[in-house]
Amino acid sequence: MTLQLVLLVAAALFAVGLYGAISQQVVVMVMMGLEVMVNAVILAAGAMWWFLAPDPTGQVLLLVVLAAMTVEMAMGFAVATLLHRHRNSDMTDSATDLAR
Amino acid sequence: MLVDVSFWVLGIVAVASAALVFVVDSMARATYALALSFIAVGFVLVLMQQNYVGVVTVLMMLMEMAIMAVYMVMYMGMNPALMPMSMVHDKRSALGVAVATFLVLGSGALFVDWPVRRGVPAPDVTAALGEALMGPQMLVMVVVSPVMVATIVGGVVLAAHRTRYDRFGDDLDQRPPRDPQRGGVGR
Repeated sequence: MTLQLVLLVAAALFAVGLYGAISQQVVVMVMMGLEVMVNAVILAAGAMWWFLAPDPTGQVLLLVVLAAMTVEMAMGFAVATLLHRHRNSDMTDSATDLAR
Repeated sequence: MLVDVSFWVLGIVAVASAALVFVVDSMARATYALALSFIAVGFVLVLMQQNYVGVVTVLMMLMEMAIMAVYMVMYMGMNPALMPMSMVHDKRSALGVAVATFLVLGSGALFVDWPVRRGVPAPDVTAALGEALMGPQMLVMVVVSPVMVATIVGGVVLAAHRTRYDRFGDDLDQRPPRDPQRGGVGR
């Protein structure tokens, strides 16, 4: 297990998540894509910490990433609920009001 | 040796189950595949001695995915285990972007001249993290806490069906409030 290998796995995870976030039509599936991307960030940050600078303060960044993921999840579900309530739909294509 | 084998197994499980999320025909299975991916990443973190963050990732994501499965069933309005589905748009360009991103990030990971390790980990990494959070890094927790509270408030406001403006009017002076069913004794 080396830094390069862990970062390679993280890159693969990020790419998979990016594919999901771009291609999916259902809001909750888009959120799943974003979650996979954040998952990759957690893995990469953990590897950086362990292989480059295992100082205790570096791990705090991982906790911040986890908190950001929680916020993303909670607000995403709230917006999905709002969308479902007002438009009876869970597709991104029905929420393109700001798109040109 | 054992660490290397575990890393390969967990890494392959993490990427494969993340890919399965967008392949399987069922929302429920997609949710559990994502949970598996998070669990694998959590255990890779444990392999790198980050026991606290790894276990928190596993526990948090298990709960989150359990909630997510319920949301899936609520919103999709169909049997989440039986209905084949493919709800994607512009699949080809999305695949192109994903592959290009992997090539750029992967080549960066392999070809960048990474610096050598500075310092050694504390004997008890979890205790050191706790001391950092309660000491020099406390500002992080002080900032994260109100953000979490704001998230709770924002989530409830966004998702609430009826708010006080629906009940009391735009100027909040409607008395009695407009409720679907009047409250109180003898209604």
